[in-house]
Amino acid sequence: MATASIAKRGMFARPIAPTGLWSWITTIDHKRIGALYGVTAFILFLIGGVEALLMRLQLSQAEAGVVTPEAFNQLFTMHGTTMIFLVIMPMGAAFFNFMIPLMIGARDVAFPRLNAFSYWTFLFGAILLNASFFTGSAPDVGWFAYAPLNGPGFSDTGVDYWILGLQVLGVASLAAAFNFIVTIINLRAPGMSMMKLPVFVWMTLVVSFLIILAFPVITVAITLLLFDRQFGTEFFNSAAGASPLVWQHLFWAFGHPEVYILILPAMGIVSEVLPVFSKKPLFGYTTVVLAGIIIGFMGWGVWAHHMFVTGLGPVANSAFAISTMFIAVPTGIKIFNWLGTLWGGSIRFTTSMLFSIGFILLFTIGGISGVMHSVVPSDAQQSDTYFIVAHLHYVLFGGALMGIFSGIYYWWPKMTGRMLNETLGKLHFWLWFLGMNITFFPMHFLGLDGMPRRVYTYSEGMGWDFWNAFATVGVFVLGLGLLVFLQNVWHSRKNGEAAGNDPWDARTLEWSIPSPPPHYNFAQIPHVYERDDFWHKKYAEGADGRPVRTVQGAAPSSEEHGHGHNIHMPTPSYYPILLSAGLTLIAGGLVSHISVSVIGGILALFALYSWVFEPPTAPETQTAGPAGHARDKRRGGGKR
Amino acid sequence: MKEHFPKFMKETHLLGRLFLRRGLALGLLLAFALLLLGCYPDNPQSTFDPKGPVARNQLTLFWVIFWASVVVFAIVAGILIYSVIKFRYKGENRLPVQVHGNRNLEVLWTVVPALLLVAIAVMTVRTIFELDEAPSDDQLIVDVYGHQWWWEAVYPQYAVSTANEIHVPVGRDVTVNLISDDVIHSFWVPKLAGKEDVIPNEANDIWFRADEPGIYLGQCAEFCGIAHALMKFRVVASPMEEFEDWVASQQAPARQPANDEAARGLAVFNSKGCVACHTTTGGFDTAEVRDARTEGFLTGQPVTHGPNLTHFATRDVFAGAIADSTEGNLRAWLEDPEEFKPGNRMAALAPAFKDPSLRLSEEEITALIAYLQSLK
Amino acid sequence: MAMTPHTVIPDEHYTSTGLSHRKLLMWIFLGSECLFFGSLIATHMVNRGKAALLHGESPACLLDIPITSTSTFVLLMSSVMMVLAVSSAERGKLGSMRFWLFMTALLGSGFLLFQVYEFNLFVDEGLTIGTNLFGSTFFTLTGFHGTHVTIGVIWLLSILAISFIRPDMVKNPLNVDIAGLYWHFVDIVWIVIFTVVYLVGRLGVECAGA
Repeated sequence: MATASIAKRGMFARPIAPTGLWSWITTIDHKRIGALYGVTAFILFLIGGVEALLMRLQLSQAEAGVVTPEAFNQLFTMHGTTMIFLVIMPMGAAFFNFMIPLMIGARDVAFPRLNAFSYWTFLFGAILLNASFFTGSAPDVGWFAYAPLNGPGFSDTGVDYWILGLQVLGVASLAAAFNFIVTIINLRAPGMSMMKLPVFVWMTLVVSFLIILAFPVITVAITLLLFDRQFGTEFFNSAAGASPLVWQHLFWAFGHPEVYILILPAMGIVSEVLPVFSKKPLFGYTTVVLAGIIIGFMGWGVWAHHMFVTGLGPVANSAFAISTMFIAVPTGIKIFNWLGTLWGGSIRFTTSMLFSIGFILLFTIGGISGVMHSVVPSDAQQSDTYFIVAHLHYVLFGGALMGIFSGIYYWWPKMTGRMLNETLGKLHFWLWFLGMNITFFPMHFLGLDGMPRRVYTYSEGMGWDFWNAFATVGVFVLGLGLLVFLQNVWHSRKNGEAAGNDPWDARTLEWSIPSPPPHYNFAQIPHVYERDDFWHKKYAEGADGRPVRTVQGAAPSSEEHGHGHNIHMPTPSYYPILLSAGLTLIAGGLVSHISVSVIGGILALFALYSWVFEPPTAPETQTAGPAGHARDKRRGGGKR
Repeated sequence: MKEHFPKFMKETHLLGRLFLRRGLALGLLLAFALLLLGCYPDNPQSTFDPKGPVARNQLTLFWVIFWASVVVFAIVAGILIYSVIKFRYKGENRLPVQVHGNRNLEVLWTVVPALLLVAIAVMTVRTIFELDEAPSDDQLIVDVYGHQWWWEAVYPQYAVSTANEIHVPVGRDVTVNLISDDVIHSFWVPKLAGKEDVIPNEANDIWFRADEPGIYLGQCAEFCGIAHALMKFRVVASPMEEFEDWVASQQAPARQPANDEAARGLAVFNSKGCVACHTTTGGFDTAEVRDARTEGFLTGQPVTHGPNLTHFATRDVFAGAIADSTEGNLRAWLEDPEEFKPGNRMAALAPAFKDPSLRLSEEEITALIAYLQSLK
Repeated sequence: MAMTPHTVIPDEHYTSTGLSHRKLLMWIFLGSECLFFGSLIATHMVNRGKAALLHGESPACLLDIPITSTSTFVLLMSSVMMVLAVSSAERGKLGSMRFWLFMTALLGSGFLLFQVYEFNLFVDEGLTIGTNLFGSTFFTLTGFHGTHVTIGVIWLLSILAISFIRPDMVKNPLNVDIAGLYWHFVDIVWIVIFTVVYLVGRLGVECAGA
């Protein structure tokens, strides 16, 4: 195959049509990839939400029969796996993709084709994982899949889907993280030193480092598990003398950094939104950045707090209790610095701002209950109960998801060029704020009243009926909020107000260019002089420390300077999606037929070598490849 | 001015004021009311009703950290709510002073939480070590085996074994050795002690003491497969004499069938293969017996280790403590164990439920129940 | 401020740090790889001494230090060849670059042959990946390392082939440089594995033959 591809310009003509299905399939534009990530993650969010709804219906009363025990176990496994790997992480990736190049003044990411590869690999991994529903054996061992329940003899092929799905998703996450680290370190606009980076970019950098260091660990864990299941190895086989705790150590050595992978992007968003709608710079920028870095480091030293009741002994338990408590210090610093940003500000209650304020309140609750878990003796009562379910949803729903929606409302005008409706937005916020608390707050009570997690049923007389019914009501409130959001999106697409370059009077570079941004982002790469450079172009600081609008305001958009002529943007390519498909087929063959793997392997090799021989940017004089391939129309104006 | 007042700003003012103040105040009030309603010490697995020193210490520590949390949250929420009410947007000509930070403040909110955490850490570590081992030397030892999905309790000091009901004397420290031959379970009796995982190849133990007689409900707390929700048990704490009576009753040799019906039941028990997994002949199952059965299960044989039924009729509950040992329940169980407790091993493995030719008839079930109820 | 060609900052060449994107990518990738091998090595370490005996003694007795020392030496020498290849590439000497690349791949293949021999020997002695915990962790760890070496050999041979088919593509010494980074990393990992699995693995193990 490789020789075939060593034609002068690869097998295929470069796909250069600006619109249509193929343009999306072959796109390497970070903004389009960001949009793809966002839409895909949102659809998966609906799937994960339906899974949650079914579980809440089953638990709404004692001994209900909405779903079978098998189905319930599959639901909570897939709900956790979906929300973590297929929703919150890719929603973060959507923002990384769309916003990072714009915020650092770059035309694209460092490796545009690798970026497309990440997206398609993520999509195919998600499909592979969810395909298990249709083969009748979705994974049913929990998103943590403890050994030896995950091993041969105790669980079904669903676990193989889980392993292979995560394996493929891991490749996607790693490729994306490599890309963002290089982009952030190497593609900053001239003058933008690291300490002038927007906090969201900083948090992306920290998250990307966490990904590249944490994902190899889970990769090893699930590879060993795969070997146990497929090749008869004995890594987690307790009958052969292995300790099942090795799985837990590997899993949580990944799993705890993963928690910060999920929450830090939201913290980054909040750190962007609060200053804009307070008309004040972020309070203590340096401290907030440092706190984020320290959280990233300390996140590696606390994993065993997931294992306080596994009998690690008093010394280890004490050590991990202390490390867990002290990770609250940098977290607290962030919260207080956000409050410091609000203090004395000029606060505008946009929907985005409401979500950020909601984030602070709800995340504080989740953070505090996290500290409660570090108190080992009382955690022995809370571990594996609904108290933990409450805690983690305050962090991941009240925290990560509220932060992400703050980002959606904040950046939507930039991404689409149209405003979202604020009234609907606020309705959405209040429905979610209420629904979230109605659903998850009672779970604290349930846990302390002795209700374990992951039970598909409970008997009457345990005293859990009322709060379970109450929590189920909350899901409907959340669902209503989601409908309002969808209506808002529909409304905005249909007849949303035009956004203009800078609807929020914002601070960072992405607001200096048109909405939606042209495909080359910046007609001219900006030179950066200040932190929040765009703000400083609009405002000078008066003698009393208050901002004074500069006469000329921000330099008008660079749009009139040449419409992006002479800008060489990387050319779209077929190979990223082909390589992704090849890799996914290799994995898929292991749960279907080995011939599928062989085909996947050949496809992957072909795509890889073709990729190598394909120049990132097609020469201007490029002609179409071999006959038989449709010759795409050259884009008018810009030379893509 | 105008360009900084797009349409959304007008809406913001109306809705922001209306919602934010009332909404937040109402929400907080509601949350606090719920907080007070949330704790039900009467619930059978409530952690707010400790009946022994371990659970009591754990609850004490919980209240300390709980009130510390309430204070911290009140401070954060207080500042937040004050800020959003006080520092509302007042127009483009009253822009705020551009404060970039304040070192003293930042040091303050680094050091103060750290000090608070030091205090909590000291209490935590002290309690961890205090609760690590039972204080008394004269302990009752119970080896508890977690099985998919029932509990077996073996008393090595008395050569007695039982299932799903763990009898202990009031006032005596009990150390429970936690053993698993299959997957991870977690041993949890909320009113007596927090949980500890039951892990293959890990020698875990937990101790507790019951201060007053009673039946304390427990439940597996680590997801262990399909019937995880139905893996319950109970600790029966009774005064010393009663406990000793119970031990004596368990040490007694197996009862012979008291009447014809029960004798027929014994014949069914042996002929339909029940005997492959269950002991009814007295004593407790040795390690060899247990290992052989577990081995059988792991290699796909229709055999696994089931509860010792020698003194079945002395137990109030069965099938992972999910049902009282009434005749009706036993009949339902023997007629369709899969329906009664989805996923259980007996339904999956026992020839009587897999092989149509060995199906239990109505009469056989009646006889089996008579036999089981005679096993006092 | 009109757009003129020289104000365009070409993404290909401009970087904030001066490091090329691809080289930075490789460094970060190798950082990630450290955790991959670290996890595998840790898994081997925690299971040390837990494996069922083989022929009445520890399976670690099968480890042959003299032979593995030789293969380790071969792999280390390949790193020297790699350095020479990179140096030739940087000086634009296509011919010697080809020679040293070939030598690196050759020695790498030699190392792999040693590994094939060792694996065969172990299987003959009755130790497979499913025999016991030692077999599982040993074959998985060294097998993944061997896979990395194999990928490296294919990579080097690919560059070699490309240097004949499309010499313009290897003009940039970066292509060889990056492959070299990967190759050295794989070598260093082997030194850790050799130390931990072989040298430390045999410490305090009673063997009949020794």
